[in-house]
Amino acid sequence: MSAVIENHHDDHDHGPAKGITRWLYTTNHKDIGTLYLWFSFAMFLIGGAMAMIIRAELFQPGMQIVEPEFYNQMITLHGLIMIFGGVMPAFVGLANWLVPMMIGAPDMALPRMNNLSFWILPFAFFILLSSLFMEGGAPNFGWTFYAPLSTTYAPPSVTFFIFSVHIMGASSIMGAINVVVTIMNMRAPGVTLMKMPLFVWSWLITAYLLIAVMPVLAGAVTMMLMDIHFGTSFFNAAGGGDPVLFQHIFWFFGHPEVYIMILPAFGIVSHIIETFSRKQLFGYSSMVWAMLSIAILSFVVWAHHMFTVGLPLAAEIFFMWATMLIAVPTGVKVFNWVATMFRGSLTFETPMLFAVAFVVLFTIGGLSGLMLAIVPADFQYHDTYFVVAHFHYVLVPGAIFSIMAAVYYWIPKWSGNMYDERLGKLHFWLSFIGVNVTFFPQHFIGLAGMPRRYPDYALIFADWNMVSSIGAFLFGFSQLLFLFIVIKTVMGGKKATDQVWEGAKGLEWTVASPAPYHTFSTPPKVD
Amino acid sequence: MSGGSYYVPDQSRFPIFMAVSLFLLVMGASSTINNLDDPTSNSVYILYSGFACLFLTMFFWFRQVIKEHLAGLDSNQLKQSYVYGMAWFIFSEVMFFAAFFGALFYVRTLAVPWLAGEGSKGAAITAIELWPAFESSWPVMTTPDQGNEYDLADKSMAWPGWSKALLWLPLWNTIVLLSSSWTVHLAHLGLKKGNRKKFNVYLGVTVLLALIFVGLQALEYYEAYAHYGLKLNSGIYGSTFFMLTGFHGFHVMMGGFMLAIMLARSVFAGHFEQHDHFGFEAASWYWHFVDVVWLMLFIFVYIL
Repeated sequence: MSAVIENHHDDHDHGPAKGITRWLYTTNHKDIGTLYLWFSFAMFLIGGAMAMIIRAELFQPGMQIVEPEFYNQMITLHGLIMIFGGVMPAFVGLANWLVPMMIGAPDMALPRMNNLSFWILPFAFFILLSSLFMEGGAPNFGWTFYAPLSTTYAPPSVTFFIFSVHIMGASSIMGAINVVVTIMNMRAPGVTLMKMPLFVWSWLITAYLLIAVMPVLAGAVTMMLMDIHFGTSFFNAAGGGDPVLFQHIFWFFGHPEVYIMILPAFGIVSHIIETFSRKQLFGYSSMVWAMLSIAILSFVVWAHHMFTVGLPLAAEIFFMWATMLIAVPTGVKVFNWVATMFRGSLTFETPMLFAVAFVVLFTIGGLSGLMLAIVPADFQYHDTYFVVAHFHYVLVPGAIFSIMAAVYYWIPKWSGNMYDERLGKLHFWLSFIGVNVTFFPQHFIGLAGMPRRYPDYALIFADWNMVSSIGAFLFGFSQLLFLFIVIKTVMGGKKATDQVWEGAKGLEWTVASPAPYHTFSTPPKVD
Repeated sequence: MSGGSYYVPDQSRFPIFMAVSLFLLVMGASSTINNLDDPTSNSVYILYSGFACLFLTMFFWFRQVIKEHLAGLDSNQLKQSYVYGMAWFIFSEVMFFAAFFGALFYVRTLAVPWLAGEGSKGAAITAIELWPAFESSWPVMTTPDQGNEYDLADKSMAWPGWSKALLWLPLWNTIVLLSSSWTVHLAHLGLKKGNRKKFNVYLGVTVLLALIFVGLQALEYYEAYAHYGLKLNSGIYGSTFFMLTGFHGFHVMMGGFMLAIMLARSVFAGHFEQHDHFGFEAASWYWHFVDVVWLMLFIFVYIL
């Protein structure tokens, strides 16, 4: 805090501070990126442990392991932790590490706020997880916290849940403002908008979505708080409000949120496929326009989550067509990825394996989404395991595979060491098999009518549930291998070259591996 | 900065202090709210300590930023980052209000008519059977089930007609707030011309108008509770009225506080230059934003 008096800012070579204060007081985008990534990994393992409990209970019909009340808390916390603690911070961590290096900036635009937006997150999740030990238990109303389950019938810990969501939202908004300002204001001369790497583009759009919808979520939980404790009746029909209003507000946040969790993945996968195809990416500008279209459309499709709630027919038709329209820009992206690989000199290192799996499996998730978008069909599918299969296909082999691909792809740049390729491939195949064995059967049991969010089910669903659970255990425990690989790579290994990958393009590959503590303290030349 | 190199800030303790402050604040707020019925609960002190820590941290953090700025450490690029940052922050505030306005429009045009059985939808049919006596209107002064948990209001805050217009507080509030937006603009013009006295006087008038607005709003709330019987638990009209005007009032207080700080900085420390005063400009942007929100409120909450 002595920055004013000692004017030593020309000394850009100083490395990180020693000890714990390096992490507590840091303003360095690489440190903060590392903090985000490790935090999200921890949350991924905690949320994953909850998924293991859920699948263990569903291994057989009947109640074996947990009480139904606890099961409800597990599904709620699993969703909240994976979304707000796992996927979102991982992408913010990647943005922190990569955006400044990709655009030739020395750091994020607002470095102290960057630290703040990270460090409030552990507190938010401490509050959320501590609700497990409160009287009445943790939130038990599902991650979508529909009123009146989350208002009239909620456990007392809902108040803590509401405030922890506020903190998570504040963290996301500050993180997103930082990313937007960095991209708008910190690009090195010559890095024009249409020359920006696609990961940067994807994050510019994601950050815009975050700033637009996280405050709406804050409004939703505030109305809940007022309904629960201060007598308002926003979500209470007896007082003139409407529980459906909650769903409208929630999904106005929730649907752009879905794209917040997939757009950065699009950026990552585009880079990786380009590199390992040793070709220029096919259709760069159409990639940008596709992401922009998806972002804009994401604001007018929210009610497709609510087809069975009793919407007017005109609304059902509008939201059905608007939703299907999203398939067009998404199709453009999938086409471009495939066209990039077409006649490329392909090699399949671990990042590429994850990226190719992303393209295939995310497309499966997208197609089941298209089925769900059809109103009359959705009346059958709504709230079944088909929906569970759909969103897990876009989130696990979608968002999470892209994060893993990004870790394998950039960890040589971050740590200076190559990961163990043999173990990486093993991790990929275990994950790939695990994820499909887990979620593909859920399409079948969903179409056969098994509802989501119950701890017990009819005997006819027993076989596929057992298969699904076995797959989940395989996937879950494979992630410990991932943890091992990451630690092993950070500790040592074959030294990485600066470019790391033969076909890699972009500013981040021009700096040393590991990347110096401060990169680009003078702007690089870009033409 | 010389030589085209970027400004790389040092480590800072402020963020982690603020994170701890926010933690205390929300833990305190949650436990206080959960223990409202328990007079022996002392969790409110955690809330107070959270607030105190937050204000202290903010004070020292802003002081540091101002000092760095005065020491000439801020590059033009960093200044531009602050400009973008503030603009996006205001956008996020717009979206926060959008949630509440969305709720207002939804209940007015859809939920309340449906509850009264209008339309041909399933929800409406249920409502006819549940609450046949309920009729749709806005401002709706009753609730569908008219249960004991609601304190029904006698009178709404809506436009009282031309004969009583001059006694109608929201009209005065509109005049006060619109004038304050004008005076803060005059202050800005004064500063841009290097006229410090004009700046101080008009900024002082703006802060005064902000105080008057908050006072009038408090008076209106008093009237609502004491004479109109309009409360938070008067059903959906009371809910939307108090939440929209309440959050707006809270933002007026924040904006007024920011402007007051700017006034103090100018009067006591001589801060702000003719061509370098983004601290003030950011606060004035915020003030104009608060003003626009009020206009929306005036139209959609009070008039229509």
